[in-house]
Amino acid sequence: MKSAVVVFPASNCDRDAAVALEQITGNKPAMVWHADSEIPKDTDLIVLPGGFSYGDYLRCGAMARLSRVMQDVIKKAQEGRLILGICNGFQVLTESGLLPGALMRNAALKFVCKPVGLTVTETQNVFTRRYDAGQRVVFPVAHGEGNYVADAETLDRLEGEGRVVFRYAPGENPNGSARDIAGILNEKRNVLGLMPHPERVCDPLLGGTDGRAMFESLIEAVG
Amino acid sequence: MRATKVTPEVVKEHGLNDEEYSKIKSLLGREPNLVELGVFSVMWSEHCSYKSTRFHLRKLPTKAPWVLQGPGENAGVVDIGDGDAVVFKMESHNHPSFIEPYQGAATGVGGIMRDVFTMGARPVAMLDSLRFGEPGHPKSRHLVSGVVSGIGGYGNCMGVPTVGGEVNFHRSYNGNILVNAMCVGLAKTGKIFKSAAKGAGNPVVYVGSKTGRDGIHGATMASAEFNEDSEEKRPTVQVGDPFTEKLLLEACLELMATDAIIAIQDMGAAGLTSSSSEMADKGGAGIEIDLDKVPQRETAMTAYDMMLSESQERMLAVLKPGREAEAERIFRKWELDFAVIGVTTDTHRLIVKHKGEVVADMPVRSLSDAAPVYERPFARRAPKTGTPSYDATRPVTPSLLKLLASPDLCSKRWVWEQYDNTVMGDTVQRPGGDAAVVRVHGSRKALAVTTDVTPRYCRADPYEGAKQAVAEAWRNITAAGARPLAVTDCLNYGNPEKPEIMGEIVAGIEGLGEACRALDFPIVSGNCSLYNETQGEGILPTPTIGGVGLLTDVDRMASIAFKREGDAIILIGETKGHLGQSAYLAVVEGKEDGACPPVDLAAEKKNGDFVRGLIEAGRVDTAHDVSDGGLLVAVAEMAMAGNIGAAIAGGDIARLFGEDQGRYLVAVPGGRAGEILAAAKTAGVAAALIGTTGGDKLAVKDQGDVALAKLKSAHEDWLPGYMGG
Repeated sequence: MKSAVVVFPASNCDRDAAVALEQITGNKPAMVWHADSEIPKDTDLIVLPGGFSYGDYLRCGAMARLSRVMQDVIKKAQEGRLILGICNGFQVLTESGLLPGALMRNAALKFVCKPVGLTVTETQNVFTRRYDAGQRVVFPVAHGEGNYVADAETLDRLEGEGRVVFRYAPGENPNGSARDIAGILNEKRNVLGLMPHPERVCDPLLGGTDGRAMFESLIEAVG
Repeated sequence: MRATKVTPEVVKEHGLNDEEYSKIKSLLGREPNLVELGVFSVMWSEHCSYKSTRFHLRKLPTKAPWVLQGPGENAGVVDIGDGDAVVFKMESHNHPSFIEPYQGAATGVGGIMRDVFTMGARPVAMLDSLRFGEPGHPKSRHLVSGVVSGIGGYGNCMGVPTVGGEVNFHRSYNGNILVNAMCVGLAKTGKIFKSAAKGAGNPVVYVGSKTGRDGIHGATMASAEFNEDSEEKRPTVQVGDPFTEKLLLEACLELMATDAIIAIQDMGAAGLTSSSSEMADKGGAGIEIDLDKVPQRETAMTAYDMMLSESQERMLAVLKPGREAEAERIFRKWELDFAVIGVTTDTHRLIVKHKGEVVADMPVRSLSDAAPVYERPFARRAPKTGTPSYDATRPVTPSLLKLLASPDLCSKRWVWEQYDNTVMGDTVQRPGGDAAVVRVHGSRKALAVTTDVTPRYCRADPYEGAKQAVAEAWRNITAAGARPLAVTDCLNYGNPEKPEIMGEIVAGIEGLGEACRALDFPIVSGNCSLYNETQGEGILPTPTIGGVGLLTDVDRMASIAFKREGDAIILIGETKGHLGQSAYLAVVEGKEDGACPPVDLAAEKKNGDFVRGLIEAGRVDTAHDVSDGGLLVAVAEMAMAGNIGAAIAGGDIARLFGEDQGRYLVAVPGGRAGEILAAAKTAGVAAALIGTTGGDKLAVKDQGDVALAKLKSAHEDWLPGYMGG
């Protein structure tokens, strides 16, 4: 699998994503600068990493949406290429319209960093096929704006179409997200955005390996 | 230039006394103009010149074979083998954080990170030692909330994990909180950047943010006592922009990968003034700058404004001639300002031009070496002695719950969950243990980092208390299995012009020195924050110690959590039952009195070396130092962290809650207790089997038991409850 990690000026989980990708896929991802106009043509997976893109003094991801590289990411998403947005990457995906809804300030109005229990609610997709449906995993979260909101109709549709891939386990919702939603797919199921960080749980020394199956799913799907 | 004349009132407003002003006149051979006066006032301020402490700081041990750079640069540097170096420093941002907690704390974090990356290191860990007033004080909650979110707001955006620190409360900080931020970075030994601007004719470049009028005279503010008007000084607090700092970090590291830099220094306190004069001074050169070339955020800024501005996220560098374009390309890529604003000279003078005129012309030495050094009069206060009376019949378990729920000993989860503590993918031990452990990226090595001081002890005995702070940092690093390498310190005291305060400072420095020498734990960087007083009331003496240690193999490491049922719990070190100045007396009896526990440095070293040896040999993976709250609190902390209970031997209050120093608890599978005890005997280290892990409660023989769940809720609930959830 060939992957690329987009680097905005204040991305700060770009290296973490690259380390996890290299460890699990065996290939170094291409690091693509935000001002570049094109992601390498043969890229199977594009990762939008965590961080603060352009400082995010405005809504998180609001400026990143307008960056040069995102125009190509949007195009490639429409072509069916796989896009994984983690944390700030998820925020960029909703701002870009590649995923529905929005991520608001955490309900407690504080940044929150801690391991959180999740349920893998959907495995019929390229990102989570190596998990068991209903499997309980623990990924860390680290964000100030992860409170997922959408109108009831959108939420019903996401649920009805099996596009809610991760939910916060009962009692563990760290940010007030509607219906405990932690990660969602787009309609074509090639774009996944989630607030928790799978790339931070790929090394047993760092508190678990629950994130590995996501990258293994992608390898299996892409070959 | 501002038309203000330099009158005696203006001199006084600049915090310079008559004697100092006469010295300035003799150094210049004339009256200074206003710009020059401003420059002298910041460079000769306590904050920049260390004029009250420099004489005493010289007595501190700063050298060891592994120390590559001691005090005097932006940060200390220590060799950790394989061409790697750890670069670290701690610094205070007390006064600004009290006035404007969010920005004060945020810019404290930004400033210390710049100190580390200006040396060529990538910051990999942050720690914050915080001290607030008593919880009931009307300002405390607001200050805790603002400081914590400010630290998070800056550090999280930078993508550097905040992995440790301290949060304590005491009424002496009601009007003067302490925010001491420590940054730890990693560099290659061959690529350490320093601030000596050697050579003449080299371009001086300004990079980063534009200069505005913010923070003018911040260094002077940090060098005076607080009074009722201090809040009017809010405009002197700078505003942080972590996004720009992130750009500056990446751009500087990219430039540092080339060989274009001769010297580089961040613009911290006293901004352009201190960076330019210090670089020239250290390089034995002169420097000439043209303020018209300085990127400016506002119009009509005067030379005075620009020289004294403390706008954040700026750096000054001296490049090799001809490398300007290459450097500029890098900074433009990161969308930062870049300007050649001057040149180094061989005149040994700092010359500042503005609008075609020379607005300042001063010998560089007059700002550094010639700055006043005071041997201020000091009075040594007799240390407190004895043990206050207490109710020896008081039941043990309710006191334990009270201690665990007390503001100083309760879980600080509410704080550290607001900090990104796992970004960068190398946090092996998160906040909440003895030392945090951060892996050296891409290796099996790891750094153990901690901050420590017990100001209660320092007030009872400034000398023993300072020794204890060093010993506790050393012990925390040891308890993780790491070899303690070196120390950074942040010496927070009151007004040095008062002999009794100066006495605390002198005794504190002597205590630090003795402990650092005995433990082979040199001081490589730090700062002093004096005048921590409000309305004439000083804070508790608070010499905060930041310690760094090295684990050569991260698989041979210990953490505080009990890991198995049926483990033997072994107490290492001697217990006499020292209750003076203990958390027990303070929390349960309401008495902060008596002698603080003495530190026997020889026993400290022997016990610590023994425990570290066990961890390094893979014989122990569970260890915890016994500190605030004593033995029973330490056992409870291990039980709560591992979610495994314990049954331990009982004892009197002094035994269970005394704070004798140099002690550790270790837990090993039951069958291996004998060999550990035998090894201790051979090593001449006191060791005793005190209990066994298992179950879901903490049982103290014949003295009652408490469910783990109850311990946890006592420990976890206080701070969120206090902060309102």
